[in-house]
Amino acid sequence: MQTMTKPIIASIKRVSKKFDDQYALREISLEIHEGEVLSILGPNGAGKTTLINLMLGRLALTEGYIELLNFKPGDIKLKRQCGAMLQVSSLPDMSTVKEHILLFQSYYASPMDYHQLINLAGLKEIENSYSKNLSGGQKQRLLFALSICGNPKILFLDEPSVGMDITARKSLWQAINDLKRQGTSVILTTHYLEEADQLSDRIIMLNKGQVIQQGTPNEIKSQIDRKTIRFSSSVAIESFANLLNHSTISVRGNFFEIQTKNPALTMKKILSNTDDIRDLSINGAGLEDAFLLLNQQNDSRQERNQ
Amino acid sequence: MNQILATPNLWRIYLLESKTETLRLIRTPGFSVPTILFPVMFYSFFGILFNMNAANMPTYLMVTYGVFGVIGPALFSFGVGIAVERGQGWFDIKEVSPMPASAYVFARVALTLSFSLLIILLLFFMGAVFAEVRLFHSQWLLIALILMLGSLPFCAIGMTLGLYLKSTSAPATVNLIYLPMGFLSGLWFPINFLPDFMQSFANLLPAYHLAQLALKVVDMDNGANLWLHLAVLLAYTFLFLLLAVKAYYKKDKQ
Repeated sequence: MQTMTKPIIASIKRVSKKFDDQYALREISLEIHEGEVLSILGPNGAGKTTLINLMLGRLALTEGYIELLNFKPGDIKLKRQCGAMLQVSSLPDMSTVKEHILLFQSYYASPMDYHQLINLAGLKEIENSYSKNLSGGQKQRLLFALSICGNPKILFLDEPSVGMDITARKSLWQAINDLKRQGTSVILTTHYLEEADQLSDRIIMLNKGQVIQQGTPNEIKSQIDRKTIRFSSSVAIESFANLLNHSTISVRGNFFEIQTKNPALTMKKILSNTDDIRDLSINGAGLEDAFLLLNQQNDSRQERNQ
Repeated sequence: MNQILATPNLWRIYLLESKTETLRLIRTPGFSVPTILFPVMFYSFFGILFNMNAANMPTYLMVTYGVFGVIGPALFSFGVGIAVERGQGWFDIKEVSPMPASAYVFARVALTLSFSLLIILLLFFMGAVFAEVRLFHSQWLLIALILMLGSLPFCAIGMTLGLYLKSTSAPATVNLIYLPMGFLSGLWFPINFLPDFMQSFANLLPAYHLAQLALKVVDMDNGANLWLHLAVLLAYTFLFLLLAVKAYYKKDKQ
């Protein structure tokens, strides 16, 4: 909640975007605070990229207005205070990592120190490699370096960790947290819900061009009052299924998973049946569960309305 | 002075952008070597080895292959270069970065002009040494100047092509414009070898007007007015610059 007291650096008011006759976004309003990480989540086609592109000034608004750091999107003076990492299939082959970075640093009046930058982005070992020889994850790290090389006040990250291995992803998260601590606001889209969970101060969920939910990761997760019971057992799944008519039971690897609204009662039933229960755990819903459920609910609500 | 904090040094950007672009091209000999050698090779064949009229042909063709030579890098470095970067998504990264659009254009123009200069010098060398082309110093200089400046309208055309074409079709499309235009403008052999209707069609082509302009220096042009050629070239430049600016600043691309 502490972010709420921080100054607002960007506001998006009643923004709609139409492509041909189809609304890609409808009446989106949101505010971005200094030093917060805001994740935009949603299934493919929900309007995430459209929203980012509107903020970057690459698309024209149909309705509403957007203001970032008191500028309209696309203004060069705004761009000098922003960084953006977009999805790119490849970079110009025959430039080295270092050349790319030195060039992009020149676009800013007071760029980040070169050595600090390559350490932060994990590029030290490959600074003299041509971009055509970089792996997918290394390219992503270079693009990340280019997006932060100007010490931006607002950083746009569109699917930043695609193609990164776990170590690289963790150090990306570390770097994002470092920037956040320096007051950079980060606007992130991702398909890795764990990433959003770890990094975000706030999440907005888009579906079919509308905000269906927003809040802190915990607020969103608590929308779901179900718990997951997980264990392994040599007892056949059928005997549990007969026992628990209100819950859903499924097999995941060597484990049984039971979704329930009343874990105490469910456990009592299970234990009355058998004590052949190993590796037991009971957890609240993850962000992924919340994400799936909220999207489902939204879809079925829309079907009923039609 | 208090602007310095917020505004980066523009000249430094221009310089670095040009340097990066030039290094990239030098490291891609698959593009740079053919672009430089094609006009020189054609000139050696048609202007020196198989020339039919020893008195005029080497001079005429040295000028027209010069035109052919400077158009190539302009059309390809802009036309294909921009289309490919757009296809990769790299152009988008540049577009949302605080790179001034002028730096991008400056770097590619600088690159095109250095290619042009290299091609011109090679052609002059071949002509002077192997075909005994003899001109006044002022003529050499004036031809070189006209050819260098004359590549600018084709930079504008290339820029527009690069902003409209898809990366996959750009190389073929640019060739489809470059080669026939060279032929129909009388760059490969003298324009009056062509039938009359094709000669009048050539009046529509910017390459024809550039060739005529440069040929005026050695008195081998068709005798049309100097200002006509200049006006057509300027008109092409403005038209395509306008189209390029429109394409660049158009939102909702794709």
